[in-house]
Amino acid sequence: MEDSFVRRRRLVVGLVASVLVVGACSSGGATTAPSAEASAAPSAEASTGGESAAPSTGGQLGGTVSVIGTWTGSEQDSFMAMVAPWEQQTGAKVQYTGTRDINAVLSTGVQSGLLPDLAGLPGPGQMAEYYQAGALKALDDTLDVSTYKSQTSPGLVDLGTIGGKITGIFIKADIKGLFWYNKDVYKAGDPTSYDDLLAKGKQTAASIGGDAKTFCIGLESGAATGWPATDWIEGFVLHQSGPDVYDKWIAGQQKWSSPEIKQAFQSFGDAVANAFGGSKNVLATNFVASGDHLFSNPPGCVFVNHATFITDAFQKTGGAKPDQFDFFPFPDINTAFSGAVEGSGDLFGMFNDTPQAKSLIAYLATPEAQSIWVGRGGALSANSAVTNYPSDILKKAASDLAGAKIFRFDASDNMPQAMNDAFFKAIVDYTQDPSKLDSVLSNLDSVQSSAYGG
Amino acid sequence: MDPRLITAIIVLVGVPATVIGYVFLVEQVLRLVPGKRQAAVRPWLWLLPALLFLFVFLVYPTINTIVLSFENKFQKEFVGLDNYVYFFTNPNTLISLRNNIIWLVLLTFLTVGGGLIIAILVDRVRYESIAKSVVFVPLAISFVGAAIIWKFMYDYQPPGHPQTGLLNAGVAALGFPPITWIQDAPLNTIALIIVAAWTWTGFCMVILSAALKGISAELLEAARVDGATEIQVFRAITFPLLLPTVAVVSTTMIITALKAFDIVYVMTSGNYDTNVIANQMYKELFTNSQPGRASAIAVILLLLIIPIMAINIRRFRQQEAIR
Repeated sequence: MEDSFVRRRRLVVGLVASVLVVGACSSGGATTAPSAEASAAPSAEASTGGESAAPSTGGQLGGTVSVIGTWTGSEQDSFMAMVAPWEQQTGAKVQYTGTRDINAVLSTGVQSGLLPDLAGLPGPGQMAEYYQAGALKALDDTLDVSTYKSQTSPGLVDLGTIGGKITGIFIKADIKGLFWYNKDVYKAGDPTSYDDLLAKGKQTAASIGGDAKTFCIGLESGAATGWPATDWIEGFVLHQSGPDVYDKWIAGQQKWSSPEIKQAFQSFGDAVANAFGGSKNVLATNFVASGDHLFSNPPGCVFVNHATFITDAFQKTGGAKPDQFDFFPFPDINTAFSGAVEGSGDLFGMFNDTPQAKSLIAYLATPEAQSIWVGRGGALSANSAVTNYPSDILKKAASDLAGAKIFRFDASDNMPQAMNDAFFKAIVDYTQDPSKLDSVLSNLDSVQSSAYGG
Repeated sequence: MDPRLITAIIVLVGVPATVIGYVFLVEQVLRLVPGKRQAAVRPWLWLLPALLFLFVFLVYPTINTIVLSFENKFQKEFVGLDNYVYFFTNPNTLISLRNNIIWLVLLTFLTVGGGLIIAILVDRVRYESIAKSVVFVPLAISFVGAAIIWKFMYDYQPPGHPQTGLLNAGVAALGFPPITWIQDAPLNTIALIIVAAWTWTGFCMVILSAALKGISAELLEAARVDGATEIQVFRAITFPLLLPTVAVVSTTMIITALKAFDIVYVMTSGNYDTNVIANQMYKELFTNSQPGRASAIAVILLLLIIPIMAINIRRFRQQEAIR
């Protein structure tokens, strides 16, 4: 008896010891791996004979570039297609990781120093944070600055610039707040105002019959559930109250409980009340599938409000034919702000200036690279030299982007993270129970007072 | 060569070499110590690396977390108990605390109760190993995987349309309107706990089943010979003998419930009043950049776990003493 207990205790001690050893190994592994890569990089450069890091080095660069972005699924495929010619030319490999948790990954990385070489940045606000923390590298020596500036609209260049230094480039851009419809269902033409849109939508839905409604809305998106409605509300703020209120709102100087923002929430609430399946379905539907019922038989709704990226989903999850849908921009509400457009862009920045990373990011800014994604559909290029849009729809969207009289970036993306997250949650709470609006907005006010505090 | 491979080789060769090297070093050092004292010094020298690891990876972070919990979001100023006051006055964190208590009670009850019933029921059937495997398999699925699987189970489509979620398909087949399982509080918290119970019941079952096998057959036989019914045997012999194991398993489940994060994060992200403390901590740290508040939550979580651990350790010592 005694013997077996002693043996058992020894076994436990052995186990504890081995666990400690494993712990030591894994922590050792994590710290040595990046340094091994870092020391490999300069030697790769030496073997190319110190050639410049332009994409024309041809076959000798080798090595790897780690990239983290928010793109997954078909967007990830498009990005990989975009980098494939560069990989072929330089012999280097792109190690891409797609995650919707990019905020957490990068903010942890900025503190620990374990960062990818290149990364998609959540927004201009975070880009500034990372740059000021010394983690993000300026791109002025990496890019052909004059070409970049001549091919990119000044608004986009400005957004990627901090204190005169280019810190982020746009891989692609998008315009938001477009109303999409099924051409076989909705034939009443572009509405002249938002009220006209509601009237025509209601009329069309009534003619479909059944439980068809004016809108389809899908807000489910994992940890970011609620974000699709930020585009709705931002559209209302911009078109109801104009760019000045919009800018003050981003900067934290416009109270959420102010009449302007409250009105925008209420307009969104009216849209939910006119949405297929009601608020429960709005919250349960993933944003990717939000347009599926435009194309079901019988259709469940007339309009879907989304950016151009949704056309990808129309065809892949909704089963739409490529020429079955069309869009019109967010119609005017207050004619003083006619021609206002809300857009967004995928910012990209460099954390480690290895030759491979510099070469890749310089390549990604070129029209040759950006035309690859554009050619695959679902994206507008930030680069005006790109013209190979695969459909008339994207061509139309690209010209709307270029011709916007008032252009504003996504407001929620430019708010502090805590504000943005509270905005998402507020949308979910308000959608579930519209009677809570006042308490939801006053809660946002209290988050606003702490989130912007330096 | 792949740098990862080099790392692996360094680790495989280097770690044992370091350990052996350390043993030699200790013996060399001990030669300098007078013979009588060697026996007293040796265990401490041997323990030293383990204690160092413990200090660097456990003690230091814990102390640092406690210090952080009294500081503001920039980690510069001491703000006293502000972060704790925030925790106990913010309605969202209070909901998290309430939900954790529901998790603690319900998850422990479901997993330990379910595991015990299954362990006893399958103990004497011929297909025991198959039955146990079926219950055990979900444990191999990560919480995130389980959450995604159950998201499909709880899927919702508007009434009158084909239900793609298994549960709502059943509900619709019975002629009722579909239920938004993960939107309606408090049903949704229970729905999330069921996901956790689905993965952890197998764990409880395996451990309880092993303890059950350890009960001497002669004891049960003697009771039966004396005319005890099966229920009497269970109540008077099996259950009391299983009690220490039940306590250990329950402690594990209580800690699992307090740590609950993945399922909530994936399935609702804390919306619809389903938030739990761990998710709140994550949000304060990574979304709201409030390390002080996040640390305060961590300290509260630690304080909640300490008494449970203390009870567990005392019980463990008592058992050791009996042996």
